[in-house]
Amino acid sequence: MRGRVLVVDDDPALAEMLGIVLRSEGFEPSFVADGVRALSVFRDVRPDLVLLDLMLPGASGIDVCRAIRSESVVPIIMLTAKSDTVDVVLGLESGADDYVVKPFKPKELVARVRAQLRRGDSDQPESLSIGDLQIDVPGHTVTRDGAAIALTPLEFDLLVALARKPRQVFSRELLLEQVWDYRHAADTRLVNVHVQRLRSKIERDPENPTVVLTVRGVGYRAGAR
Amino acid sequence: MPSPGERLAALWAAAAAAPRLLRQRWRRSLALRVIVSTVIVCSVVVVIVGVVLLGQIRDRVLEGKIGAAVAQSTNGLRYAESQLTAVDPINGDDVRTTLDRTRLQLADRGGPAGQFEVVIFDTSNPTAPIARLTAQGLAVPSDLRADIAAGQQSYQLATVAIDGEQPTTTLLVGLPLISNIGAFELYYLFPLDQEQANLDRIQGTVFAAGLVLVLIVGAIGGAVAGIVVRPVRDAARTAKRFAAGRLEDRMVVRGEDDMAVLATSFNDMAASLQSQILQLEQLSRLQQRFTSDVSHELRTPLTTVRMAADLLYGYREDFPAAVARAAELLQDEVNRFESLLADLLEISRYDAGAAALDPSRADLRVLVDRVIAATAAVAARQGTDLVVHTTDQPVLAEVDSRRVERIVRNLVVNAVEHGEGLPVEVSVAVDGHAAAITVRDHGIGLQPGEATQVFSRFWRADPARRRGLGGTGLGLSISLEDAHLHGGWLQAWGEPGQGAQFRLTVPVRSGEELTHSPLPLVPASGWAAAGGPR
Repeated sequence: MRGRVLVVDDDPALAEMLGIVLRSEGFEPSFVADGVRALSVFRDVRPDLVLLDLMLPGASGIDVCRAIRSESVVPIIMLTAKSDTVDVVLGLESGADDYVVKPFKPKELVARVRAQLRRGDSDQPESLSIGDLQIDVPGHTVTRDGAAIALTPLEFDLLVALARKPRQVFSRELLLEQVWDYRHAADTRLVNVHVQRLRSKIERDPENPTVVLTVRGVGYRAGAR
Repeated sequence: MPSPGERLAALWAAAAAAPRLLRQRWRRSLALRVIVSTVIVCSVVVVIVGVVLLGQIRDRVLEGKIGAAVAQSTNGLRYAESQLTAVDPINGDDVRTTLDRTRLQLADRGGPAGQFEVVIFDTSNPTAPIARLTAQGLAVPSDLRADIAAGQQSYQLATVAIDGEQPTTTLLVGLPLISNIGAFELYYLFPLDQEQANLDRIQGTVFAAGLVLVLIVGAIGGAVAGIVVRPVRDAARTAKRFAAGRLEDRMVVRGEDDMAVLATSFNDMAASLQSQILQLEQLSRLQQRFTSDVSHELRTPLTTVRMAADLLYGYREDFPAAVARAAELLQDEVNRFESLLADLLEISRYDAGAAALDPSRADLRVLVDRVIAATAAVAARQGTDLVVHTTDQPVLAEVDSRRVERIVRNLVVNAVEHGEGLPVEVSVAVDGHAAAITVRDHGIGLQPGEATQVFSRFWRADPARRRGLGGTGLGLSISLEDAHLHGGWLQAWGEPGQGAQFRLTVPVRSGEELTHSPLPLVPASGWAAAGGPR
């Protein structure tokens, strides 16, 4: 399992503690304490996952998140002290795949990290189609009329989950369980934000989606071919 | 086309509604009240003045007339006496002729008393005037005639008809005419129709003048009321807008009069309120900001401590016994610290007014089932049975499920904690307007007065009690805030030794006012067992 984790956190004690926990779980942590240097360290380390504190000196966590997302699809987990709607949604919209609210238990954090790193481990040859898109599951590619569309692993998994059962309506809770690996109730805003992000990449007109459809009051389902 | 009956009914309805509309208008319009009161008062004054004035005029006119009439008739009497004295009384014809001539001469003599008629009666033949036959029908009032017959000069006002004409108000002056040829009664009749016409004209003028005066005063009253009321209405409008949140609205200040003072005072008040409101908003923002900052600043070190404690706890079997126990204590207390911090932040969010309701239609039975499932483990540890009384029908209400679930979880955990291992009963019910959930335990119950205290922050039933399930002391306070956010009630009942019951009532439709609860706060068995009042 890939295990390089970049910890972007300005609190040295927390960063060190995160290091201890990650190392004890077999990951390879590296650290950066301020937002301005975060991007260059990210380029040097080429981590498999980023743990990002939202409140950073220099650039804000949101900016760092956006900068990393603009050049990489690496999973990003935000560490946030705020559970207020705006901050979480803003973080997710700027590209984070998941978030953990401080104070979290080490097990909880490790579970979230593993869930993100587990993505795309499938080796079965499988080809799916959803709407007018073709999905090559082991190859991790999505194409429309032969042209590839770049998706993050999370967005890819979300699309695959919907495409595998084209007739099923997925509730947000079910998607949280299948895509994010949450075993108990979690924040359904994760689903809403990522469906929006996914649509902005795969839909011809994100305002009138044809690939990922909303079922009012229930959830989402795949659009008809 | 409506039938006549319908039209009549509509008319009747309009007529029946009219007094109500009038009353309503009367209550609501200050200007109308001012106008009506002014007109009424002015009318009364005008009527009194008019009556007195007309009475005075009438008296003066009559006085003058009487004076002139008496002078005229006295003159005439002297002339008649002199005429009769010269008559030889032997021939009756002469007497008649003389009397007739005298009467004509008297009637021809003009004077300041105006037109008049003269009639002479023979006292010995009282029924017919001996002179002027045409005055046959003249009926002189008997008391006047009695005065004259007694030799007294007198006058009287009476309505008489002369020559069969229209009866008119007439001043009758009677004089005894004594001569050597006999006693006669001389009557002067002064018709007052001229004076009456004059008086009528004056009366008409006074009436018209009074009416005009009343109208003018009414109009002035209306205008003044308008002048006074308009700024008051302006003020009311501005105040209403201000109350609706347009804090920058002000009244227009014109001149330096009382209204200007009102407007200025209002504006000062508005400005002061506005600045205080803005200040409070600022404080509230600062408070929220502070809460958010504290949240972050406290949570980061707490995360480190929490992870360290977890790590130590994980390795506690490798430690000596005392250190292992210390690791356990650390773990437990970090947990408690964490929930305390979470509750504090939650309650400060309420204090800052930052808590918002996110209502959606939910089946409270499902919600209760979720809570029961989540608290089953805690209940099992205490050996407590959780019993749910519910209906077959869905208990639907517009609630913020997260908050209601938190309330019910809190109540159930509390009941388990204080239930002494006896069963805890949860009931759910709904009617057209309200839904209720009660949580009943059969534990130590509540002392008198504690039913309200339980919702106080950090209040504990018994200070000596161990903090069994690690409650923070804020749970019920937060639950109460959650209930209030729904426009709902959270109430407690308890009797020493009989256990306690907590009842949550929320409106079925979010935002509606609660008037009752579908479940009783005091359980039937509670009073029965306690033998208390029914």
